[in-house]
Amino acid sequence: MNIWSALEPSQLINLTIIVPLVGAALVVLLGKNPNLRESISIATAVILFTLVLGITDNTFNQLNMATSWVDFLPGLNIAFSVEPLGVLFALVASFLWIITTIYAIGYMRGHNEENQTRFYCCFALAISSVMAICFSSNLLTLFIFYELLTLSTYPLVTHAGNKNAKRGGRVYLGILLSTSIAFLLFAILATWVSTGTLEFTPGGIFTDAQSSSLVSLLLVLFCYGVGKAALMPFHRWLPAAMVAPTPVSALLHAVAVVKAGVFSILKIVIYIFGIDNLSQISTTDVMLYIGAATVLFSSFVAMTKDNLKARLAYSTVSQLSYIVVGALLASSIAFAGASLHIVTHAVGKITLFFCAGSIFVTTHKKNISEMASLGRKMPLTMIAFTIGALSIIGLPPMAGTWSKWYLVVGALEADKLIILMVLTISSLLNVAYLLPIPIRAFFTPADQRSQSWSWSETSEAPWPSLLAITVTSVMCLVLFFYPQPIIELVNLIPGVSTDINGGT
Amino acid sequence: MFEQHSPVLPIILPLIAAPICILLGRSQLAWLFATFISALGFGISIGLMLTTLDQGVLSYSLGGWEPPWGIEVRVDAASALVLCVVTGISSLVLVYAKESIAKEIDSSQHTLYYTAHLLCLAGLSGILSTGDAFNLFVFLEISSLATYTLVSLASDKRCLTAAFRYLIMGTIGATFILIGVGMMYMKTGTLNMLDLAARISEYDSSRTLNTGLAFILVGVSIKLALFPLHMWLPPAYTHAPSAVSAFLASTATKVAVYVMVRFIFTIYGAEYVFHTMGMDTILLVLAIVAIFKCSFMATVQSNVKTVLAYSSVAQIGYMILGISLVSTLGLTAGLLHIFNHALMKGALFMAVGAVLLRTGSVDIKAFQGLGKQMPLTMAAFTIAGLSIIGVPLTAGFVSKWYLVTAALEQQEWTVAFLVLAGSLLAIIYVGRILEAAYFKNPAEGTTYKEAPLLMLIPLWILVFANIYFGIDTSMSVGAADTAAQWLTQPSSSPATALSVNMGGATQ
Repeated sequence: MNIWSALEPSQLINLTIIVPLVGAALVVLLGKNPNLRESISIATAVILFTLVLGITDNTFNQLNMATSWVDFLPGLNIAFSVEPLGVLFALVASFLWIITTIYAIGYMRGHNEENQTRFYCCFALAISSVMAICFSSNLLTLFIFYELLTLSTYPLVTHAGNKNAKRGGRVYLGILLSTSIAFLLFAILATWVSTGTLEFTPGGIFTDAQSSSLVSLLLVLFCYGVGKAALMPFHRWLPAAMVAPTPVSALLHAVAVVKAGVFSILKIVIYIFGIDNLSQISTTDVMLYIGAATVLFSSFVAMTKDNLKARLAYSTVSQLSYIVVGALLASSIAFAGASLHIVTHAVGKITLFFCAGSIFVTTHKKNISEMASLGRKMPLTMIAFTIGALSIIGLPPMAGTWSKWYLVVGALEADKLIILMVLTISSLLNVAYLLPIPIRAFFTPADQRSQSWSWSETSEAPWPSLLAITVTSVMCLVLFFYPQPIIELVNLIPGVSTDINGGT
Repeated sequence: MFEQHSPVLPIILPLIAAPICILLGRSQLAWLFATFISALGFGISIGLMLTTLDQGVLSYSLGGWEPPWGIEVRVDAASALVLCVVTGISSLVLVYAKESIAKEIDSSQHTLYYTAHLLCLAGLSGILSTGDAFNLFVFLEISSLATYTLVSLASDKRCLTAAFRYLIMGTIGATFILIGVGMMYMKTGTLNMLDLAARISEYDSSRTLNTGLAFILVGVSIKLALFPLHMWLPPAYTHAPSAVSAFLASTATKVAVYVMVRFIFTIYGAEYVFHTMGMDTILLVLAIVAIFKCSFMATVQSNVKTVLAYSSVAQIGYMILGISLVSTLGLTAGLLHIFNHALMKGALFMAVGAVLLRTGSVDIKAFQGLGKQMPLTMAAFTIAGLSIIGVPLTAGFVSKWYLVTAALEQQEWTVAFLVLAGSLLAIIYVGRILEAAYFKNPAEGTTYKEAPLLMLIPLWILVFANIYFGIDTSMSVGAADTAAQWLTQPSSSPATALSVNMGGATQ
C-alpha cells in the first residue's frame, strides 16, 4: 500500500508536513473559485493520507525514518522521526481529514458560511501542525507545533466573528496558551536544564541523577501543561470552542486538537518518563485520580446539557481522560488501550459531531429537547448517531469495545479497582446521556400521532455530509471486526503490548 | 586605510552628516542623505561585528594618542552586537520616517528631525564604542539632548510636557552618572575603562568607589527606565512622533542597558558589584516588579502607544533580570533580549505609526475593524505581538527560552516561573488590540487605505527578522554568547585583543 516507495523514506515525513502547507497556499490562491478550492482540499487530504500509508508501511517494515530541519540551539534541533504511536495518530488524523473535508463542503455550503477560503486554509494549516506533532522527535519540536496548532485553529473557532465567537475564542486561546506557556514550557525547560536532552527516548530520559521530587513535579506540570488534554480544571476551553462551525468541532475537537493533547501526554509518558518508571513517581497516582475524577465529573455535566454540541463536548472531556488514565496506569496493556482509544473514540465522536452538524443545517435545531421524532425526518443520520453512540459507550459490535476492553484489563493488571469502578460507572453514564437522544428521535412522537412513516417525509443533510456520516459510522463497525492492523501497530510501540503481562 | 579607521566611523559619519543635513535644507534630500549615512553605518557595524567575532577586540586611539592617556575607541562583541541593532533599526526607521513624519511633524521641521536623528545616532554609536568612561558620559548627553528634541517635534502639543519631563529626569540621570564617574576618577586617577578596571580591582572596598557605583547605577537606571525610575518613559513614547518612538524604544533604552553592563562587568567587575555590593538581589527584585507592574499597566491603557511603552518598561525588566542572574548564560539572555526586543518593539511601533497615519488616532478604538482595512499592517502587528508574547518560531521565544534556562541553571525556580507567567500578561495586552482589530466593526462609514509602501517595507523587514531569528538562532545567540563570554571573563579578552593602535596621520 506504499505508492511512494520510490521516495527516500525520510522524505515522506517532510512531505506530510509540507503537502498540507502547499494545499493551504493553493486554497488561498484559488479562493475565488469554490469548486476548484474544495477539489484542492480533497486532493491534498487524499495525497496526505497516501503519504501516511506509505509511512505506515515503512514502519511495519522496520525502516528508520528521521529528518532534521534546523538547529535551534546547540544539541537541540527541530527534528522529526517516526515511531508507531505517531503513525497511529497520523493515520487517524489524515484519514478523517478527507472525510471531514467532504462533510464540510456539504455543511459550509448548506449553511452559507462566509470566509470559506480562510476556513479551508486554516484547516490545512492545522493538519500540517498535527502531522508535525505526530512525527516530532523531541519535546521542543512537539511544543512548537503544539502552539502553532493552537494559533492556526483560533480563526476556525472564532469563524462566526460575532460576540459569542469572540468570547469562546478568548477562553480557547487564554487557557491553551496560558497552560502551555506557564506549565508545559516550564516543564520542558526544567527537563532540558536537568537532563540536557529533550529527545524522545524509549524507556524515558530521567535517571537517578534527577531527584525524585523534581520528576514528580514535572509529571504534574506536563499533565496540566498539555491543556489540550482537557484535564480538569483546565477543560473549559473545549466547551467554549464549540462556537465553531460543526466540521471544526468534529475534526479539531473530536480528533486533531484534543487528540494532539492526549497524544502528547502518551508520548511524554512513554518516551520521557518511561512506563516502567511511572510507578515510582509519587504524583502518578494523584494525576491518575484527577483523570478518573474528570471522567466521572464531566459525564455528570454532560447529562445536564441540553445543547447537543455542549453535551458532546463534555463527553469528549470525559473520554479524553480515559486516555490519560490509561497512560498513567503504568501498565503496558492499559497503555495499549489508551492508544487504541485515540482511534476508536475519534471515529465514534466524529460521527456524533457530524450528525449534530447535519441536524443543525437541516432543521436549525441545537437542543436535544427539540429533537423528538427527528428519526422520521432524518433516519439515516439518526441511525449513524446510534452507531456512534454505541461505539462511545463501548458496546459490541462497535470499535469502542476494544479500547475499553484493554483499559479495563489494564486497570485489573495494575490492581487499581477504583479505576475499574470508574470505568464501569462512566460507561453507564455514557448510556444515560447518549442513548436518550436517538431514543427520543425514534420513539417519542412529535406534537400529533401521525400516520405511518414513508420516505417522502425525510429531508436529510446535503449528500456530501451524508456520505461522510456513512463512512465514519461504517468505520465504527469495521474497526470492531477488523482491528488487527491497528492493534499490530500499537504492539510495535516499544514496551507496549496488548498481551497480558506484556506478552512474557 | 578604511579598515584601520572602521571602529570610529559609526560615530564620525553621523556626527559630520548631521550639520550637512541642515544645510541641505530640502526635506527630501535630507531624508535620502540621512538614510544613506545610516545604512552606511549599518554596513560598517556588520563588518565590525564579523571582525570582532573573528579576531577579538578592536582598539583605536583617537588622534594617535595611546590609551590610557588618549581616548580609546574599543569595539568588542558586545558593542558590535548592540551597534548592529542601533544602526540597523536606525536605517529602517529612517526609510519609514519619510511617510510617517509627513503628518506628525510640521513640514518646516523635517530637516531638523533628520539632523536630530543623526545626532542621536552618533551619540548612541559613541556610547557603544568608546573605551573611556567620561567620553561615554559625553556621548550619552549628545544622544539624550538629541532625543529631547526628537520627542518635542511632534505637532501634538502634549509632546512638550512629555519632553520636558524626560529632559528633567534625563538630566538628573546624566548628572548622577557624571558624579559617579568623577568619584571613580578621584580615587583611581584614570578614565580609561580597562585602566579603571585594573585599578578598581586593587581596592577591596572603598567608600568613594562604592558611592560612585551607587550614583552610576541609579543614573543609568533612570536612563534605561528601570522600575521605579521609569515614569518619564510612557508619556515620552506616547506623545513623540511614531518614527521617534520606534527608534527610541528599540535603541535608546537598549544602549542604556549596555552602559549598565559595561559599568558592572567591564569596569567594576561582576564580583565587586554583585558579591561585595549585593546588587544582584536589588536588580532581580526590581526587574520582576517591573515585569509584572508594567505589564499590568499595559493591559489597562486605552492608548496603544502607551500600551507599547509600558510593555517596553516590562521588557527592560527581562533584560535586567538576565543580567542580575550573575551568570554567563544570564548575561547571554539579557544581551539576546536587547537584540530580539529591538526587532519586535520596532515593528510594533512602526505598525502603530501606520495606523496613526491612516486613522489619525492611536486609541484602541481606532483599531476597530482594521484587520480588514489594513490587513498587511495588522498582520505585521499580529506577528510582532506574538513575538512579544514569546510564541515559538518568533524571536521572543528564543529570549524567553534563554532567560528561563538561565534562571533554572541558577536554581531560581520561582524566577523562572515568574518569567513565564509574565508572558501571560502580554497575551492580554496584545490580545485586546488584536480583538479590536479583527472582531470589532469599524465605526460607521469609515474606510482606511493600507499603509504606504515605504512604511510597509521596513515594517515587514522587521517582522521577517522576528521570524528568522526565531528559527535560525545561530547568529543572534552566537553573538550574544561570545559577548557574554568576554564580559564575564575579562582575562580572556586582552589576550585576543587586536590592536589597531595607530590612528590619525601618524601612520
